[in-house]
Amino acid sequence: MNVQEVVNSLSLEVQGSKGNLEREVTGCYISDLLSDVMAHAQAGELWITLQTHPNIVAVASLKNLAGIIITNKRVPEEETLRKAEDERIPIAVSASSTFEVGGMLFKMLRC
Amino acid sequence: MQQRTKAIYYITQNNIMTLEKVIGILGAEVVATTADMGTEISSVCSSDLMSDLLHFSTTPKSLLVTGLINKQVVRTAEIADIKAIAFVLGKRPDEETIEMARQKGIVLIVTRFSRYTACGKLYAEGLRSCTGEDR
Amino acid sequence: MTQKKNIEGSFHLTGGDFTNAGGASSELKSLLTNLGIAPEIVRRAAIATFEGEMNVIIHAVAGVMHYLVTPEHIKVTLNDMGPGIPDIEQAMQEGYSTAPDWVREMGWGAGMGLPNMKKNADEFRIDSIVGEGTTVEILIKVKEDESL
Repeated sequence: MNVQEVVNSLSLEVQGSKGNLEREVTGCYISDLLSDVMAHAQAGELWITLQTHPNIVAVASLKNLAGIIITNKRVPEEETLRKAEDERIPIAVSASSTFEVGGMLFKMLRC
Repeated sequence: MQQRTKAIYYITQNNIMTLEKVIGILGAEVVATTADMGTEISSVCSSDLMSDLLHFSTTPKSLLVTGLINKQVVRTAEIADIKAIAFVLGKRPDEETIEMARQKGIVLIVTRFSRYTACGKLYAEGLRSCTGEDR
Repeated sequence: MTQKKNIEGSFHLTGGDFTNAGGASSELKSLLTNLGIAPEIVRRAAIATFEGEMNVIIHAVAGVMHYLVTPEHIKVTLNDMGPGIPDIEQAMQEGYSTAPDWVREMGWGAGMGLPNMKKNADEFRIDSIVGEGTTVEILIKVKEDESL
């Protein structure tokens, strides 16, 4: 399943430039702590978080993540979206909670 | 897919989800226990950010699933009336934190699963988020 | 349990003291519960107070939390000596935060503190002088737990 397919299935809203939506999603990592993501997230994973500040793009880029899903209707900062465009990291927003987006993704990726 | 999800939710409602069952589902180790381990769990809050936790509509039947293991988590849970916390990725809080939880009657469990897997498994069992509408 | 007289007290807060952070709010929560105040009111007061306490600890050098409980309301005032807030309207926006990165890694600094306080209070006042400090006052109306 690639990022675009996840976006469609979960009815997410992609913000800013589309980034690399064709990228295959290998799994998912959920955390709001940057140090935690740096330590444990794997390349190709989609990252689900409540964080909206620009540092999340740097982390996603360093860890070669497939994209970031921001939950709870949180609005990514302007600077975050700008950096995401530069780095070609897709950022999608969901109105649902982290638990539910993670839960639905878990179901989807397991099929 | 939506219809099927709803069906699972209603079935679980009839077999009430308890803390003991959650421990089984997560293969978790209990590090701080209370008298009422059979208590009902009706929703899950998953966040590493304390202020967001206080923003959610939690109840004493909410389970917190987090990767943050400092004392503040227990403190925040107490303020938000959360009675059970599951730490992920095998992260074990220190003795001081465990003792604080015991004193406040908050259950602490540790699961080796990631937050993603833990949430995934609990979601599959029909639990839903405690994030309610704004009060 | 009927509360006949006013109860007040205060706590000193030390900036940067994350070990004890939340202790004052926790004590106040116990006190309110013991007074027989309805759980939902206690919860709102505890959340608003806790957020206020954490703001002082995260941003200020030191502060005082003063509480006054009357039969009609709970009033909590947080006075701090700290950097102050240059733009209060901006600070009240959900998600706006001036907390440093290391604070975010402790689970704080998501920019929800002041909005959470306002959301849980019936009345909310904030005043600040840049370079001196900030005062936040919340008031929550009370009714006793009728089930007790």
